[in-house]
Amino acid sequence: MLLNHARLMRFFVDAHDITGRKKLQKMIYILKKINIPFNEKFAFHFYGPYSEELTLRVEELCNLGFIAEEKQDKGHYFQYQYTVTDAGKAFLEQAPDDLPLCHEKVQLLKEQSSRFLELVATMLFFEELPREQVEEKVHQVKASVNYSDEDLTEAWEFINKLKLN
Amino acid sequence: MAYRDQKLREEKVFKDPVHRYIHVRDRVIWDLIGTREFQRLRRIKQLGTTFLTFHGAEHSRFNHSLGVYEIVRRILANFEGRSNWNPEERLLCLAAALLHDLGHGPFSHSFEKVFMLDHEDFTKKIILGETEINAILRKVEPDFPTKVAEVINKTYHDKLVVSLISSQIDADRMDYLQRDAYFTGVSYGHFDMERILRVMRPLDDQVVIKQSGMHAVEDYIMSRYQMYWQVYFHPVSRSAEVILTKILHRTKQLYEEGYAFKQEPKHFLSFFAGNVTLSDYINLDETIVMYYFQAWINEDDPILADLCYRFTNRKLFKYVEFNPDRQLKESIELYQLFQKIGLDPEYYLVDDSSSDLPYDFYRPGEEGERLPIYLLTPTDELQELSRASDIVESISGKTRTDHKLYYPADLIESLPDDQIEKARIKALLGLE
Repeated sequence: MLLNHARLMRFFVDAHDITGRKKLQKMIYILKKINIPFNEKFAFHFYGPYSEELTLRVEELCNLGFIAEEKQDKGHYFQYQYTVTDAGKAFLEQAPDDLPLCHEKVQLLKEQSSRFLELVATMLFFEELPREQVEEKVHQVKASVNYSDEDLTEAWEFINKLKLN
Repeated sequence: MAYRDQKLREEKVFKDPVHRYIHVRDRVIWDLIGTREFQRLRRIKQLGTTFLTFHGAEHSRFNHSLGVYEIVRRILANFEGRSNWNPEERLLCLAAALLHDLGHGPFSHSFEKVFMLDHEDFTKKIILGETEINAILRKVEPDFPTKVAEVINKTYHDKLVVSLISSQIDADRMDYLQRDAYFTGVSYGHFDMERILRVMRPLDDQVVIKQSGMHAVEDYIMSRYQMYWQVYFHPVSRSAEVILTKILHRTKQLYEEGYAFKQEPKHFLSFFAGNVTLSDYINLDETIVMYYFQAWINEDDPILADLCYRFTNRKLFKYVEFNPDRQLKESIELYQLFQKIGLDPEYYLVDDSSSDLPYDFYRPGEEGERLPIYLLTPTDELQELSRASDIVESISGKTRTDHKLYYPADLIESLPDDQIEKARIKALLGLE
């Protein structure tokens, strides 16, 4: 029961706190792509892979009081920060536990900027293509972000590190 | 004349209850509609199990796909001659609008969850594979199928083209809200689409709305909100979907255990094995699925037979509100009690959350999360919708969410009154 909620809660416990919905989206997508069993369905959107299911599930966890959401007004946009509550910890004591340990991967992702995670997630979205075409596609769909060749090289290295970790 | 520019000698029209007429003049569009893969959409219902709640909701993805095409056609007629719009993209937009739901399978949502499929992948495969659709698109130009698939997958380089088919205010949503409202017979879901079409403007990466059209957009946002809670997430439809999902799980489990079916699930074998070919996928539609469900009522496996009987004859599960924060212990106790009375809780005690049927409520979100709806002010500035509209702001903040437990009330009631578990189950489910 509530298996998918429990998996997300274990992620939040691992991460301790997450700042930014975009960062959260990209972290879960990347973890899913390296076979951590999250079931949320993603599709490509303006800013890369995005899951409405994940957004709604996080809202459910907030409404249940399992995670706390802090909204900060940054002027022309809002930013959200998430932390696990005591009720959330109590839920996890009784909830199903089948998420493989991935603390190091979560920490590795958390250390990155959301801009970089957007690049990594976009590259993983096109991973069935040859490397050159992936890069071509990134420049095409992310023209406005203007990723440099160095950014791409760093992202490839990061993906390899994640998969090996 | 090049195939892409060919027009039919006479315009063809489809009579449509939502848009009155759907107009087709392009040869390519007419040919696409006539393909086997597009005609298959007549046998896939737009709203899945909703017909068991709203009996009118028998409309198909064929109706909806034509509707989305017609809305895009009207938008583009409005864009003609405006700056920021490249008329060369017209046929691409129309084809993508028409074909955007091509990969939906029977009762898509349940099938995708159980068999780990993605209808968007199948849309791409139908467009790029050896199909009648692909043959027509290739006649336009060799890379036209790829372009259409990219627009539908939202990875096409011209974001403006993508935003017509898929954004927070797009032709897809504008059609299904009105169409679903019409066929379910509810009074929500209506908004002034003609007004919205008149105030849409192409701008760089997306379509924006002239500020004067804000109130029409408010109606559209309200309509999305109402339709979700009143139609899409109706608990009776959810009950039917819960049973449907469990039938698929049960069939798969029985097959893996070597159960001898009286009606062998031939059409499902590649789904069980996880190696579904394009041909397998296209051959399965809702008429075939319903045939199996009827046949499986006579199976020896009591769970499969019971679930199929329930789905076919609308003997659905009842439900209670469930708060996982306060009632998790009770739900675990219920699970154990169901085991004791011989009702497999994996099939007969099912939790369902609003996130199990994700729906994109309008949310301004945060920077870089999703592209919001922008209003274009008279001084050519952009303003995010919820910052200008109190109505939108009030419904796009804290989202209401929902959790329910589904169970077969009839089977609980049929237990002998002196069975000790019965009273406790009824108490936990609030049946007393």
